[in-house]
Parts: sequence; structure tokens; C-alpha cells
Amino acid sequence: MLEIEIDGKKLTVNQGITIMDAAHTAGTHIPHFCYHKKLSIAANCRMCLVEVEKAPKPLPACATPVTDGMKVHTASPLAKKAQAGVMEFLLINHPLDCPICDQGGECQLQDLAVGYGNSSSRYQEEKRAVVGKDMGPLVSAEEMSRCIHCTRCVRFTEEIGGYQEIGMANRSEFSEILPFLGKTVNSEISGNVIDLCPVGALTSKPFRYATRAWELSRRKSVSPHDGLGSNLIVQVKQNQVMRVLPLENEDINECWIADRDRFSYEGLNSAERLQKPMIKFDGKWHETDWQTALDYVVKGLNGVANDHGKDAIGFLASPHSTTEELYLAQKLARSFGVNNIDAALRRSDKRVAAAQQGALWLGSSIVELLAAKSVLMVGSTQRQEQPLLASRLRQSVKKGMALNVIHTSDDELLTRINAKLIVSPLALVNALAQVLKAAVEIKSASTTLDLSAANVGAEARAIADSLCAAESAAIVLGNVAQHHPAFAELLSLAQEIGRVTGARFGIAAEAANSVGADIAGVNPQRGPLGKTVSAGIGVSEMLAAPRKAYVLLNSEIEADAYNSQQAVAAMKQAATVIALTAFKGEALLDYADVLLPIAPFSETAGSFVNMEGKLQPFNGVVRPLGETRPAWKVLRVLGNMLNLSGFDFNSAEDVRAELLAHGDIAAALNNQLTSVAANVVADGTLVRIGEVPMYQADAICRRAESLQKTAAAAAPVIALNPQDIAKLGLEAGQPAIVSQGEAEVRLQLVADAAVAAGAVRVAAAHPATQALGGLFEPIQIKRG
Amino acid sequence: MAVFVNGVIFEGVDTAAPDCWRLEAYMARGGYQALKKILDNKIPQEDVIAEVKNSGLRGRGGAGFPTGLKWSFMPRSFPGDKYVVCNTDEGEPGTFKDRDIIVYNPHALIEGMIIAGYAMGCKAGYNYIHGEIFEAYELFEEALDEARKAGLLGQNILGTDFSFDLFAHHGYGAYICGEETALLESLEGKKGQPRFKPPFPASFGLYGKPTTINNTESFASVPFIIRDGGQKFLEAGKPNNGGTKLFSISGHVNRPGNYEIPLGTPFATLLEMAGGMKDGKKLKAVIPGGSSAPVLPGEVMMELTMDYDSISKAGSMLGSGAVIVMNEDVCMVKALERLAYFYHEESCGQCTPCREGTGWLYKVIHRIANGEGRDGDLELLESVGNNMAGRTICALADAAVFPVRSFTKHFRNEFEHLITHKKALVDHKWC
Repeated sequence: MLEIEIDGKKLTVNQGITIMDAAHTAGTHIPHFCYHKKLSIAANCRMCLVEVEKAPKPLPACATPVTDGMKVHTASPLAKKAQAGVMEFLLINHPLDCPICDQGGECQLQDLAVGYGNSSSRYQEEKRAVVGKDMGPLVSAEEMSRCIHCTRCVRFTEEIGGYQEIGMANRSEFSEILPFLGKTVNSEISGNVIDLCPVGALTSKPFRYATRAWELSRRKSVSPHDGLGSNLIVQVKQNQVMRVLPLENEDINECWIADRDRFSYEGLNSAERLQKPMIKFDGKWHETDWQTALDYVVKGLNGVANDHGKDAIGFLASPHSTTEELYLAQKLARSFGVNNIDAALRRSDKRVAAAQQGALWLGSSIVELLAAKSVLMVGSTQRQEQPLLASRLRQSVKKGMALNVIHTSDDELLTRINAKLIVSPLALVNALAQVLKAAVEIKSASTTLDLSAANVGAEARAIADSLCAAESAAIVLGNVAQHHPAFAELLSLAQEIGRVTGARFGIAAEAANSVGADIAGVNPQRGPLGKTVSAGIGVSEMLAAPRKAYVLLNSEIEADAYNSQQAVAAMKQAATVIALTAFKGEALLDYADVLLPIAPFSETAGSFVNMEGKLQPFNGVVRPLGETRPAWKVLRVLGNMLNLSGFDFNSAEDVRAELLAHGDIAAALNNQLTSVAANVVADGTLVRIGEVPMYQADAICRRAESLQKTAAAAAPVIALNPQDIAKLGLEAGQPAIVSQGEAEVRLQLVADAAVAAGAVRVAAAHPATQALGGLFEPIQIKRG
Repeated sequence: MAVFVNGVIFEGVDTAAPDCWRLEAYMARGGYQALKKILDNKIPQEDVIAEVKNSGLRGRGGAGFPTGLKWSFMPRSFPGDKYVVCNTDEGEPGTFKDRDIIVYNPHALIEGMIIAGYAMGCKAGYNYIHGEIFEAYELFEEALDEARKAGLLGQNILGTDFSFDLFAHHGYGAYICGEETALLESLEGKKGQPRFKPPFPASFGLYGKPTTINNTESFASVPFIIRDGGQKFLEAGKPNNGGTKLFSISGHVNRPGNYEIPLGTPFATLLEMAGGMKDGKKLKAVIPGGSSAPVLPGEVMMELTMDYDSISKAGSMLGSGAVIVMNEDVCMVKALERLAYFYHEESCGQCTPCREGTGWLYKVIHRIANGEGRDGDLELLESVGNNMAGRTICALADAAVFPVRSFTKHFRNEFEHLITHKKALVDHKWC
């Protein structure tokens, strides 16, 4: 510990910290631009110059380590003169166009200029003008004359984004911040540079000229997209969401959010928003009032129940719904006598629900995962599924984590991979079995699983070595594993490897409330917080053996199901499809016969339970649009109208309280399966890799216009390993036809060495591929 | 153009002979004997460093930091790789001495670097050569080849268990890459921008490893020091200013070129060696140590001796030893404008005061030189300069400010005249 003094205040601080850190602990503000606590130190803006006794010149607080007995003056005449001098330099070439600048009102340069600048300038020469740059559909770099060259954006793309996409070219005052020639900024977390930019050089393209910062209210919320549960500040004006910013939460999202979290809000204001209840009769849609619509729903449900029995009804709820909505949906279904309810819509393996003993979750807190010395990611297209978690894992790798990968494609993870096995989806189980077999050998342990078909390769051994040697290790199953028909076997193997090596295991929950859905009891086998219920069937069976009536909560099943072909067919044959939805999507209009407008996350109170099992409540940030109502209210009224008891809630909090009265969330989290089993024989059939593209994950981001213009949202292609292309006599760069069942889809064929041999990568959940079948099922391909 | 008087580096070098740079010629002059002496006698590393300390050799790149002391900063017990780097990124206007070393006597540098590698336990060395002297770079590569073929570089040098590799790298001509940490960045393949210090290269240098960086002339002086002893080197100069030094004389003299003379030689003697003033014109001003050094009036210069202490006492710097001589026909405003343009062009753009300030200084001086000066411009220049100097990561901002301060101090009347009368006091003649 060192004794120092800042502005006369005595402090005891740790060795190795900087003057800036020390000042922060003392509550002293030192002006700065280039310094950012999450980025490397550049010390280039020089705004934080302070006087240090015995130093011959002012020193930058951000880069100067404290020494014992150091006496710092942050506002002495010398320090102030240095700071004012820097401010003058920053302003001489700055256009001072605050009245037309989007950053106005929340600009660090503007703020600090008030304290350190002069009212007029001594600079009488011509100002520098910098040509605007194209950084893609999300980040506007039109007014680069405003740039003060702090290089925060440069450091962000390199250090946090994982790949340098922005650089500073040229020298002296001709220096310019720009993306690499002919490139744009494509990082899945690129929007953070907008927050980082201390001036109006990099601004939000969708938000451009929409409003002034001071006209916005700041409301807290939680991301409704992936399972990380990023905390958000949603900014609203005149009852409309205008933009989304990160709310700092060191344990979850630090001070960042993914582009999906940031720019999806455009979907909330989409023209496709359903504003009034609608009923289809005579083949036409008619807007109606709530009473009529709800009467219709009650009549429909009772009719099907009477004619075909309660088992002919299925409830399919999106895991992007709030915990309260999910809890009420299952309460309504089960009180009514329907046991068929599920939220794991893209899960194809029904065995998991039968064997699980609690809600599937990460297996540890996010912070614990990031602190693990060895991590094995199984079946995860990390940067698409959980963009921010992928970035945080990269930071952990820099601090010494060994990251291992078993996956179906060798995607660029922008970090060092300790060992990897890239195999066809039909060999995933075998690959994981190899790791188990190696771990059993290393630990001289035993397992009841038959691993004779697994031949341990060098990479599998390296993975096992890494897991066994690490003092803390974790195995995480991603979306590909969770959607996979052998999810139960992958989970079983993870459980066994965990048992043998001592590693924790779990899933990176796909959606914002995947864990919450399990907790709320939206599971065909388990009630709220694991309460015993009469078992029903899950989504895969509900669609394979079609029901007469479906109730869809927040779901566009044509994009949300494992097998969209089968799902759409099931919907079309049903007597009634009741959709509680925020959007009137084209497919819904085709197969549903009643649409009830419900509020998206921004217009209702609720909560999400993130992948680590943390329940994060939030309030609505704007009033429901049109005649939209929060889904919990709709479900409550439906309960009353169906004459069910226990539907007297007055608020979402009431609903949550009833759920939580069933027990403790932490105690209900459990990844252990009752029994483990695995057929580890690898299969050589040509099989599809059907991942959900980042910006097709949920109904809101599907309608975010700017996200849909990004490179990540480009139209799906058929990607095949070049060797397979040659073997199959196909030609890359030409269209090809893929088919599953009856349906054929014609897309461009692309050679991609990252794709595992024997696999055909065709993205799912996209209108262009919705005609296809199961995500990881056999697929045929021919010249098109 | 090269003219050499006697000195430790060019002793016996016949620069007129086309093969004077070759290994054979260097051997004939007693080359590589210092290295042999060390390896044959297994002289301990600390003794080598002590010898360099004894010599009083001060860094020839400009700062004049004692070389032996710098070498002793290297953590010799550090377990990983360590590097020795030579700075031949000679970009200071007026300086052209290092180029002549690698063109006429490259093996002196190679031998010096091998000895440095030995003394500090480095496994490899790099010579970073300025991008605008490409032929010199190519020639140096050839000299390296000769050394490798003769077993002087690489594994088991001269059959001993000492191994050392040396590589040449040419930059692209950015002045800032002569700053040692910018040089390291550039050598690593990044944009050449100075690093914030601490950490210093001795603990965190090339690729994050302990690194010592010296100027070409410093390394090239080492073989003499080891072979003939530090004492002899010291005696060649004067106390605290050991050895001989190369001076690059340019400007209005009859015989511009490089002169290797003992430190402490009077400027008047040096000027005489250079053939005196061209066309018999009057000496007006001298920049004694490269463009970054403050200018001194001719009459002050004539009283000084050429060594670190004497020049420093007069308010300037010996710097890299680039002596720029100006005669009475030079308009000092015009001269300063040219210098300011150079720094404006060469600032790396990283730190705010330098990026913005060098441009501001140039624009104001340019205005004054073009008869558009305003009252208060000189005070503005001073104030802007004060806001730049000492406020940046490296010393480029200071280097840009020193000429402005010294020109406007010693030749203020010329600036004032131009501002008041919109016409230069001296009718500038380009020579």
C-alpha cells in the first residue's frame, strides 16, 4: 500500500494503480477523453495532465503510476494551465457545430469546454475539414471533422471487438480515423463505439437527427434477446422508444451491449406492429375490439376441448416472453386442463424434458464462467448466439483462460483457441465422447457409458488435458447443441465429463428468458419451480402430431421452430390458431385466425431470468401502443372468462410473487439428468447445419431495419466444405438446390472451408429458408 | 562529399576506395579484433559494460545519454529474449552521418552491435534504417551477409558458444520513427507512434522484451573502445565528453560534409576544416545540433567548442551533431517557416498539443513570412509553444518549439519588421 496525496487529501492506495484510478477512489474528477477504464491506456489526448510535486512537467493522470509519497495537484495553476492549453488545441480544428450535432447535450468535449475552454478562440487560421466515412448501416461517421483523435474506437475494435476494424491513418493534423479501405465496420458489438466516442464524430445512424438528447427520458430495462440479460437504458420521447444504451452491470454486460440489444428497438416502432385485435372470417381479416376477440378465443378453446378433448390443444410460448407471461400461460393452460405447453421451441430432443431435474442454466454465474481456467464450448456459434458473452470470453482468454471448442463449423472466434474439434452435426456426440474417454483415461476413472465407438484424437485429448489440468473448468452447450436431436446425449456426456474432471457444465441459454420459462413451468413435464404436474407433450410432438388448436404466445412459429416446414403445416391444419403477438407478420396472417395485440418488453412490466439464473425485473418504458395490452393482463382476463380460479392479479408483481412463492430460483436450477445415455456412433449422412442468424433470433430484431442492412443479416447461402463440393460434383459461386422432405430451396452455393465435412450449412429462421425442415436433419443438395 | 578527419570510426577508412566498406578492408584495418579479444579472453559481460562506461561515450543520437549506463540498465538475468536495436533512422534535418557509417564502414556498426549483444545477453539485434536511404540499406544487407558467411553472426560465433543474429529493417521515412519507442512500434509492424514511458524499453521494449536502443555512431564507436580501451577513447575528447564525434556540416560553407573530430574542438576550427564560409559571406547563424536544436547567432558560435557541455551552456544542444550554417543572406523568418513546416508534416498526430500545435505554429509563421503577420503573433507563437512543450508523450513537440523560441529570440527584429512592414528585412537568397 502506498500513501499519496491528491489535492491535499491523504489516500492509501494499492501499488501499480494510476493517478486517475487513485483520484477516482478519492472522488476527484480529472478531465479526460482518451482514457476509458475498459480500454488500454493511450495517454494521447493529454487532457488529464496534472501537477505532480517534484516532477519537472505536468504528467498524464491516466498513465502515470502512483509512487509512495506522491503529491498530486489536479487543479493547481500549473495543472489548470496545462488542461486549458489542451482544451484550446482540441477546439481549434473542431467545427463547433454543436447546434446541428447529434452529440450535443451529451458531448464530453462540450461539457469539458465549459470548464476548461475560452469563450472565444485565438485560432484565426483555416480549420481542418475531414471527409465523412462509411462505417456501415449502424455507425454514422459522416462528420469526422469533429473527431478529436482519442482513438477509443480504434482500441475498442481491436481490444473488445476482437478485430481491428478502425484505424488512424496519416500523420499530424492530417490524421484521420477511418475503417480499413473499402471496408465497413461489421463487428457484432460495433455500436459501442458510438458510446465511446466523446464527441459527435461517431453517432448512431438509425438515431441520427431523431431528437435532442435532453428531450429523452432514461428508463432502465433488460435486453429481451439473448440469454446474457444485458442491462439497458431505454430512452423514450413522446411515448416512443428512441434509442437504447447500455446500463452498466459489471457482472453481466460491463458497460457494453451487443448491436442486437442496441438497434433492435427499431422493430418496436415497426409498421408491422399489431395495434388492434383481429379476427379472420370468410378468409379475411377484420379489426375488432378486445371483448369480441376474447369471446372468440374462449369459444374456440371450449369448442376444440369439447369436440376433440383438451389434449388436442397445444400452447407454444416464446422464451423471449416475460416470466410473468410464461407463468400465467402455463397456469391458464393447466387450469383449463391442457398439459401440452412448451417454450423450448427450437429444441428437437424430447428426452431432455423427461430427464431434467430442474431448470437448465449456465451451471455457474457469468463471472465464475469467465474466471474459469479452461472452458469447452460445445455446439455454439458464439458470436452470433451470444455476441457479448463471446467478447467477454475473449477477454478471459487474454487473461489466461484456455478456450476449447467442439463445433460444426470452424468459425473465426477472434481469439486463441486451445484445441478444437470441428465435426459434422452427426459426429458431435462422438466428438464429446472422445473427450470423455480421454478424461476417463487421464483421471483413471470409469463411466457407465459405452465409449467403444469413440477413438480419441489428438485434439480431443488436448481438450481433456485442458479440462483436467485446470483448477476451475466449465463445459457450456450452445444453441447448436441445444437444438440438436441428440441434445440429451450431449448433455449426458457433459455431465459425465463434469463428474470425471470436476468441471461445471451447463447451457448458454438461448433466449432472454429460456431459464425463466423453465422456472415458470412452461415445460411439458414440470410445473413452476419444479412443481409436479400432469405431464403433457412438448413442442416437437405437438408439431409432429398436429393439434386442433394452438395458442401462440409471442411466437412466430415459422421462424421459431426446429422444423419450420412441419410447424407451418401443423398450424395450417389446425381448427384455430390463437396468436398473442406484438406483430402481424405475414405468416401469422396466413395461418392464425385470431390475433391479440400484446405488449413487447418495452410496454409491460415483467422480468427475465438470464442464463445464470438471475431474475431481473423491469417496468414498461412506454405505454402500450394502440390497443395493445400487456400479455399478463390478457391471460388474466382469459382466465376469468374461462371461469378459472386464481386469476385475480392486479399487477405483474402480483404474478411474480405467486410464482416465487413456490420456492427459490437458485434451488430450482439443475443441469443433472436423471440418467445418462449416449449412442456415440458417428453417422456419415449429409446433414444440415441450420443455425438461427443473429438478427432473426426473435420477432423484434427481425423488424429492426438497420440491423437487417448489416452484413450479418445478408440473405442465406448454402455453405459447403470445398472438398464436399468437389465430391458432390457441385460448383461454388453458382446456385444450388437443397431439399428436406418435399420442399426445395434454391440459394447461392458458397465454398467455405470452415464448414465441417459432410455438413451443409443453411441458415434457418429466415424467410428464404423457412420451407426447409429440421435444423440438424439430413438434407439433399443438387445443382440448381 | 564525405570528408573525414581522424577519429575512432573512420580511422584508416579510405572513402574514395570503392571496397572500403567490405569485410576484407575492415579486417585489414584491425576490424573484429575487439570481438575476438572478448571471445578469446572470455571477458565477462560486466567488464565490457564497465569499459564502455569508462570511455565516457555519450549517446550520439542527440540526447547524449551515457551509453555504458544505458547498457547497465538491461536486466541481464532476465530469462526470456532480449534485443539490441540500432537506430539508423536518421531523419533529423541536417544530419547525414549515420548514412556514411553504413555506406563506408558498416562492419564497425556490426561489430559494435555484436559486442553490445554479448554484453547484454541479447540473442538478436535489429538495425532500423531510414526509409529514404535505400541504397545504404541494401549495402548494409550485403555487409551483414559477409559477416554471416565469415561466422561473425549466427550460431556459435567464431566457434564459441556465443550466438547472435543481426537483421536490417528499413522504414518508410517517417521522422517520428527515429524516436526510439516509435521505432520499436514500426519494427513490430505497427504504425510508428511513440509509446508512453514508463515502462522504458530496457524493461518493455521490442515485442515487450527488454531492449536497448543506441544510435549508429554510438555502436560504431564500441569496437575502438574495447580494442584500444575506454581510457584512450576518453582521452580523444575531453572529460565528460569522451571520444571523437561526427559532425555533419551543411549550409553556406565551402566543403559541406562529415567531419570526425575530437569533442571539444572549437567551432571556428571546424568551420575552417569545412573550407570556411562560401563566397566569403558573413556568418549569421548556426544550428549546432540538428533542426531541433535552438539556433545560435554566428558570433556566439565562434566562441564555442564542439562538445555537449559547451553548446548546452550557450543555450542549445549538440544533438546529433548536425551543424547547419547560415550566412547573412538568410531571412530567418523564411528559415523558421521551413523548419515549422517540417514538424507540422512529421508530427505523428497522436498527442493533441503536438498534432494541433505544430499546424498552428506553421500557419502563423507562414502568414508572417508572407507579409500577413498581425500584432500579437509573436506572443501567440510563444504561448502556443509553451502549451506544447513538455505536454506530450515524446519530445517532438519540444523539438518543434525550440526553433520557434530561439529564432524569435535571437532574430526578433526580423520577425517584427515583417509584421510591421509586411516586407522582409533580409532579402532571402536561396543558394
